[in-house]
Amino acid sequence: MNFWRRLAFLVLLLVLGMSLAANWLAPAGYRTQYREAAGAPPSRQHWLGTDEIGRDRLARVLYGTRISLLLAPAAALLSTFMAAFIGGLAGYLGGIWARGAMAITDLFLSLPWLFLLITVRALLPLNVSPLISVLVTFLLLGLLGWTSAARVLSASAGSFRDSDFVRQARASGIPGFRLFWIHVLPNLKPVLYAQFWISIPVFILSEANLGILGLGVAEPMPSWGSLLRELEGLVSVGEEPWKFVPLILLIIVVTSFQLLLSKEEGLPV
Amino acid sequence: MRNRKTLLKMRLCRRTGLAWLASIVIFAGSALAQGELRFCLRSEPKTFDPLKVEDDASVAIRYLTGGTLVRLNRQTQVLEPELAQSWKISNDGRQITFHLRSGISFSDGTPFSAEDVAYTVQQLMDPALQSPTGDTFRSGSGSVETKVISPTEIAITFPALVAGLDRQFDQVAILSAHSPKKEMAVLGPFVVADYKPGATLLLRRNPNYWKSDEQGHKLPYLDSITLDIQPNRDVEMLRFKRNGIDLINSLDSEYYDRLAETSPKVVHDAGPSLDSEQMWFNEVLKAPLPAYKKNWFRSQTFRRAVSQAINRDDLAKVVFRGHAQPAIGPVSPANKFWFDTKLKPTLYSPDGALKALQAEGFRFENNTLKDKDGNEVVFSIITNSGNKYREQMATMIQEDLRKIGIQVNVVTLDFPSLIERMTQTFDYEAILLGLTNVGLDPNEQMNVWLSSSENHQWNPQEKTPETAWESEIDQLMRAQAASSNPLKRKEAFDRVQEIVADEQPFIYLVNRDALSAIAANVHGASPVILAPQTFWNAERLSVK
Repeated sequence: MNFWRRLAFLVLLLVLGMSLAANWLAPAGYRTQYREAAGAPPSRQHWLGTDEIGRDRLARVLYGTRISLLLAPAAALLSTFMAAFIGGLAGYLGGIWARGAMAITDLFLSLPWLFLLITVRALLPLNVSPLISVLVTFLLLGLLGWTSAARVLSASAGSFRDSDFVRQARASGIPGFRLFWIHVLPNLKPVLYAQFWISIPVFILSEANLGILGLGVAEPMPSWGSLLRELEGLVSVGEEPWKFVPLILLIIVVTSFQLLLSKEEGLPV
Repeated sequence: MRNRKTLLKMRLCRRTGLAWLASIVIFAGSALAQGELRFCLRSEPKTFDPLKVEDDASVAIRYLTGGTLVRLNRQTQVLEPELAQSWKISNDGRQITFHLRSGISFSDGTPFSAEDVAYTVQQLMDPALQSPTGDTFRSGSGSVETKVISPTEIAITFPALVAGLDRQFDQVAILSAHSPKKEMAVLGPFVVADYKPGATLLLRRNPNYWKSDEQGHKLPYLDSITLDIQPNRDVEMLRFKRNGIDLINSLDSEYYDRLAETSPKVVHDAGPSLDSEQMWFNEVLKAPLPAYKKNWFRSQTFRRAVSQAINRDDLAKVVFRGHAQPAIGPVSPANKFWFDTKLKPTLYSPDGALKALQAEGFRFENNTLKDKDGNEVVFSIITNSGNKYREQMATMIQEDLRKIGIQVNVVTLDFPSLIERMTQTFDYEAILLGLTNVGLDPNEQMNVWLSSSENHQWNPQEKTPETAWESEIDQLMRAQAASSNPLKRKEAFDRVQEIVADEQPFIYLVNRDALSAIAANVHGASPVILAPQTFWNAERLSVK
């Protein structure tokens, strides 16, 4: 592990640790509204100031980080599993299965997901708690984010289909699914890891995008997406630099993930 | 020689002096043309036909180009004569007779007469045109009759009484019956000179405009108005700061404060506007909601308690940075004549709210409110996504109601989904939205207050009024619409306001202030609360 990957790992560990320690670092809590100090600049009581309705920005950044950092990997895990089964099996089986699965994947890739997510959100029951809304948002992202990975995995699995070890296993009478599970899937591990690490920053950014559209995590729960919405006012950008903290944190975390990912892919950093 | 030269000089001086005097005399009767005004329209105008106008951009162009028989003075809120010198409404409120000014021409030189008014009214009331302006005059079945008595006198008879009939003509720009230019021949201060779709609209002064100021200078003062089509408010703000435009007609409170920090003289807070922000519960019987929730929402005590537990002062102070006033009722105090001054604001009192709910059988246990059957009081408030102010208000209401044990889930939906739930499926619990009021007269709110109306949002299209108070509102609204006596109408509408304040079918939250920005080089501006806030006196504005 070279210096930059170590640094990225430490940064991620630090950010995760701080977010888990949010209760101690920012005892104000993410939902308490200090209405007398709405939109206040940084002070001793509120290190990063308060948002427009008086909530402690540091607390919201830390709790938002916790949500984004814990749920994005969970969604990435779900989408990677789906990609492994759909893409991996399609590649392994080949023929009509592969063509069918890839046709479905292409269809999914061509759909306007933003509008579909807006529609899906509109169809969901209204009376869900903020916690459920967080889970639903990331679940949706996980369920919809498997397509690109499935294409990569299908190609990788296809290359094993006629390999010697698979032919030998088939000749030994190992049934199809068991062969896929025991012999093919383990060989897809490097690609699966890479897809998993790639998906995490993608989902963090997707949630942030949904949050900007008002479709992500419900109030009063914070997320990076909802925190980034504070930057919508173009006029305020230069005047209140502390509002950039969530954006800077997002860039640091995504960059750290990319640096770690470069190891998995065997790329030079 | 010297004497001759002196004589010549004296003659020259006399001639110059006479020419100067003559120029003053001529100048007094001519325009004091001064400059170009620039501002932004936030959307593309959908039409230049003043009778088909519906969107804000087209309304603004109609205001600047159209000549009307009467005009509501946006500052005094009093109706003033324009193309009509005087008018008279018959006792039964069905007929209005206008006495018109003579010697007036359209922008293309076509003379103006009573025939043009008759033509405009017939066009306006043609059902095939589906004119939104014409809809405000429809009060009964049958056709409208126009009788041209003389070139300067016309009587218009409607099939039934139209309440506030004369005020409605403020929206009717007169068309020419004979001009080949049709709707592009206008009687207002400006004419459309050039239009580049998606970019700019150029209005030039109408050379035939009939008005002059007190000193005899022809109006308008401005040479032209350039309207840039710019939907992005951030860009509009930046252009104003860089002197690219001269005014912003409607400003957000956040931008107002930022501008006020650097240029306090250019921002204007005209006080509470007619616009209100409000929330309401779903009281539709067939709504797909559990019966116990319908019982809460249809309970006057529950609605009043929720209203009492909302801190409106904080909403005005925090969300709108003090540029809003806690709402008192359905009519803003800005509406000088129709606002019921007897109404008192709802006082913020979580304790009072809790006591009222407990008297109704609700229980407050472990910071949770439960009804008498043990159901936890939980409901969702929907608002449209992308509206920062409403989302903030909903979040603050969520926190306020938490104090009395009510759990509120804030949901933001795209506008079409929200409207579908509100008007088609009725699959919602509470909605937070705003109401943009452009008119002062209660008749313009008939579609909200009549229980049979589609826009009776808390329970639309009731076959018969489902409650006694809704029945009373129906009767009062019909009574005021059928009366031509302003005081009797006011008395009836005051009672409507009192019932609404008592029953709280709408929980009125705040009335936003009318905020605007006008550059220092614009002279004669005097922002008001009625639209168009900054250029209502466009003919008297000048830019130096």
